[in-house]
Amino acid sequence: MLTAIAFYVFSTVLIAAALMVIASRNPVHSVLFLILAFFNAAALFVLLGAEFLAMILVVVYVGAVAVLFLFVVMMLDIDFSEMKKGSLRYLPVGGAVGAILAIELTFVSFNFLGGRAQSNLPHATLAHLTNTEAIGRVLYTDYIYYFQTAGLILLVAMIGAIVLTLRHREGVRRQNIGRQNARRPAMAVEMIDVQPGQGG
Amino acid sequence: MHIGLANYLFVAAILFTIGVLGIFLNRKNVIIILMSIELILLAVNINFVAFSAYLGDLVGQIFALFILTVAAAEAAIGLAVLVVYFRNRGTIAVETVNLMKG
Repeated sequence: MLTAIAFYVFSTVLIAAALMVIASRNPVHSVLFLILAFFNAAALFVLLGAEFLAMILVVVYVGAVAVLFLFVVMMLDIDFSEMKKGSLRYLPVGGAVGAILAIELTFVSFNFLGGRAQSNLPHATLAHLTNTEAIGRVLYTDYIYYFQTAGLILLVAMIGAIVLTLRHREGVRRQNIGRQNARRPAMAVEMIDVQPGQGG
Repeated sequence: MHIGLANYLFVAAILFTIGVLGIFLNRKNVIIILMSIELILLAVNINFVAFSAYLGDLVGQIFALFILTVAAAEAAIGLAVLVVYFRNRGTIAVETVNLMKG
């Protein structure tokens, strides 16, 4: 009973926040609603017994991705009210596609579930293990190559983002470590023999 | 009241539809489109985790983890491209992205 109430509350807030993400006029508000949506999705994951994934969702999305979005939204100087104009032009097409998609997805899920007994959603974790431990046992054994590939993808994304946004501006003095290390006293100090009466 | 797989699938379907709708409605703002993609991936993740619980199989959660990884990488690259594009053009409207004459 308590689970049902929690499920309905979290899913209602999740859907409302998702609607506000795409409907909000101010992109900063959109990002904040996105954070709310992720928190509620994490709560749904907890209800499903996936505690580790819920915490990872909060850490990765709220801690990294949403903050990245906030940075970009606040850094770019854009007139967002100008962008919002004419967006309702696509409402008929978008609404039709969305309705068709929703109906199809609903059909597919109920077709899949048709004739099957509703399971009580048993938790995927074995009884004597925590969720994190169980995931670790599967992830680091059967899926170790996929795990390494995921790390590689993150590395590529990191290098790609740095390469894309790096720019060398002219007129900025930079430290040249190679030149500093190659410097010797003979090169650094220049002795000048000044004749009497000629100097200064 | 009984909360089964169907409830979670329904929530995920609605979330997915909202994401697609967001891509259609915000034709000018790339940031909102990226956020809609995040919503779509979140819906997929909810499906994965719900089926993982329904079937009693942890692999669904493993795949949700990988989707999370790819989504984070995609957001980082997408926003980097967006920043570079804004630096060059001074706008992020999708309709003006025609440098490659595609």
